[in-house]
Amino acid sequence: MPDILETHGLVKRYGERSAVSDLSFSIGEGEIFSLLGPNGAGKTTTISMLSTLIAPSGGDATIAGHSIIRDAQAVRRAIGVVPQEIALYDDLTARENLVFWGQMQGLSGSRLRQRIEAVLAQIGLADRAGQRVKTYSGGMKRRVNIGVGLLHEPRLLFMDEPTVGIDPQSRRAILDTVKDLNRQGMTVLYTTHYMEEAAELSHRIGIVDHGRMIALGTLDALTRAHGEGESLRLRVGDDQNGPALAQAIGRLPGAHGAASLDGEVTAMVTSASDILPGVIAAASAAGIRIRNIDIQEPNLEAVFLRLTGRALRD
Amino acid sequence: MLKILQIALKDLRLAFRDRSALILMLAAPLALTIGLGIVTGRFSGGGNTSGVSDIPVAVLNQDDGQLGSSLVTLLGGSQLGGLLKPITPTTVAEARALVDADKVAAAIIIPPGFSRGILPSGPDGALDAPVTIELRNSPGRPLGASIAQSVVEEFINRVDAIRASEDVTVRRLIGAGLLQPADAEAYAHGIAQRASTTSAVTVRVTSADAKPLAPFDPLAVLAPGMALLFLMYAVTRGAATVLGERTAGTLQRILVSPTSVFQALSGKMLGILFIAVSQLTLLIVGCGLLFQLRWGDPLAVAALIATTALAATGWGALLAAIARTPAQAGSAGTALMLAFGVLGGNFGSNVPLPSALSALGAITPNRWGMNGFEQLAAGGNLTGIGTNLAALCLMAVVTLGIATLVFRRTSTTR
Repeated sequence: MPDILETHGLVKRYGERSAVSDLSFSIGEGEIFSLLGPNGAGKTTTISMLSTLIAPSGGDATIAGHSIIRDAQAVRRAIGVVPQEIALYDDLTARENLVFWGQMQGLSGSRLRQRIEAVLAQIGLADRAGQRVKTYSGGMKRRVNIGVGLLHEPRLLFMDEPTVGIDPQSRRAILDTVKDLNRQGMTVLYTTHYMEEAAELSHRIGIVDHGRMIALGTLDALTRAHGEGESLRLRVGDDQNGPALAQAIGRLPGAHGAASLDGEVTAMVTSASDILPGVIAAASAAGIRIRNIDIQEPNLEAVFLRLTGRALRD
Repeated sequence: MLKILQIALKDLRLAFRDRSALILMLAAPLALTIGLGIVTGRFSGGGNTSGVSDIPVAVLNQDDGQLGSSLVTLLGGSQLGGLLKPITPTTVAEARALVDADKVAAAIIIPPGFSRGILPSGPDGALDAPVTIELRNSPGRPLGASIAQSVVEEFINRVDAIRASEDVTVRRLIGAGLLQPADAEAYAHGIAQRASTTSAVTVRVTSADAKPLAPFDPLAVLAPGMALLFLMYAVTRGAATVLGERTAGTLQRILVSPTSVFQALSGKMLGILFIAVSQLTLLIVGCGLLFQLRWGDPLAVAALIATTALAATGWGALLAAIARTPAQAGSAGTALMLAFGVLGGNFGSNVPLPSALSALGAITPNRWGMNGFEQLAAGGNLTGIGTNLAALCLMAVVTLGIATLVFRRTSTTR
């Protein structure tokens, strides 16, 4: 499939600090591509550059063949953006919001009306479209926020952490919407720090950390390349010394790395069954009580741990 | 252009859905106008206690009789509660020059023989020819000139009333301190000769545009004063919404659509202008209907509303360009609104200002707008407020120009 987006050494610097460094990747038409990384990894800065909101300090990118630097207006016509924060007018109804944002995309007349009805049906708010957005729940606002990005049927949709801070039911609905859109042919660039979302949605995943792309590929390829072995997750509780246990596990034969976060110790190991006796002995020696043990197949969190030495939520 | 209009209309709709903003934009100025109208006695027929004081007038008394002195005493005396502040030029030319230089609201020139034109001057009871008081008004101070004219006319009315009856007249003249008892008999005879004729005194009003002054109504000052004060609230609120959109992410969302920075900011500015024009129109027209105020030439009123709103929008744009957060714009906007209100004379001239601060009022749309409405209420027309319109347009060009430059420098967007 042809590439709809190509970045070439994108850089964004704020003074001495680099928010994005030498970022190069491409997205094929019809693909769901996820940028996975912890908060502050540079995901939103990347989206801001690609959507022409901020100028790159270096490098370039093309979207549908148009440079984000030289042909910003053409790029804007090809993309839709669903920002991380809900960017709507609370005192307007959902329908009035859609009318305004459709107008900003250059829609008018019967085409605008037709697209509004279609989007309202798509986000499941046709029966409440006449109510002001301020009366909506957080999940409903998120759905309108997504709907705005779909109005002009963009070729490439940017979704910047669209499930942050919402209930599981709304999150499920959003993930299903993304899959539906992709089935209809829309290309999606999705950013998240939830590995489960990236794993469920994406054809390919780019893992970013400190503004750099540290791994890129399909879920299978990433776990094959960087996530060999198993992932051991130990629940110790906030009152226990998780970092000490992580250090102790990291020194055991067969451990490839361990990290502690929020009362949980995650370790990449060659074989969980082989290392478990040593883990329990180390915990006992350190006076740490293990409340729960979970053994997982190789996954993105393990990949991230392997690549950075830190848990994904660090 | 279409997108600019669409953004502006969206802002207008949002402004008129914000209940608290509506209260401050429309209900508060109306309530304050009514309240101040009650305080000033407008609704109780209480006349001219407007809160206005120390109106500078030039008084040249060329009469050597008692009536000229009485009029001078009245103009500068405690009976008027400090309403007028007379200065005394020595020649007619000097008095007129003071008006032409806009140093006084009016010049009252009492002619030689003023007393003899009203009261008999000798034992034969003969009266001199009818006399004329010249009142030269300053077009730039229609309110003050109108008040001065009212005072002079009231004095003449009192004298005419006293002349109406021989016996009663003499007693009243004595009672009013205008006639010495020893001269009463001789005067009474002369007065009787002309008691049935028209007034022996006329007031000739002159000014640069030679327009007669309409009667003064305190609400004609209070209503535009409050409207202009709260106009600045509306535009500074508009400035805060520019920054609010940035904080809420809606401005960024507009900018990632095929909409340029110029279109987005122009739309926001046009939105502020729409709100300002709507607010000012509703208040001026509403007050006119509610309080039966006559603003005169509708075209002139529309032009003044449009240019005042445009100049105020310029200040709003400047505030939006300089402030960093909506809260900063809000607090700075409130300070600006009050400062402009004082400097622009929206609280009436009973707020004394040092001359330097008073001159600073010229940079406020409030001052030029107030003055324009005062002139229109006093019978002025489009030509008469030409200077005001030009000053307001110039203010809009300068403030919007500076705001655009600052926006260009500070905007991180393309």
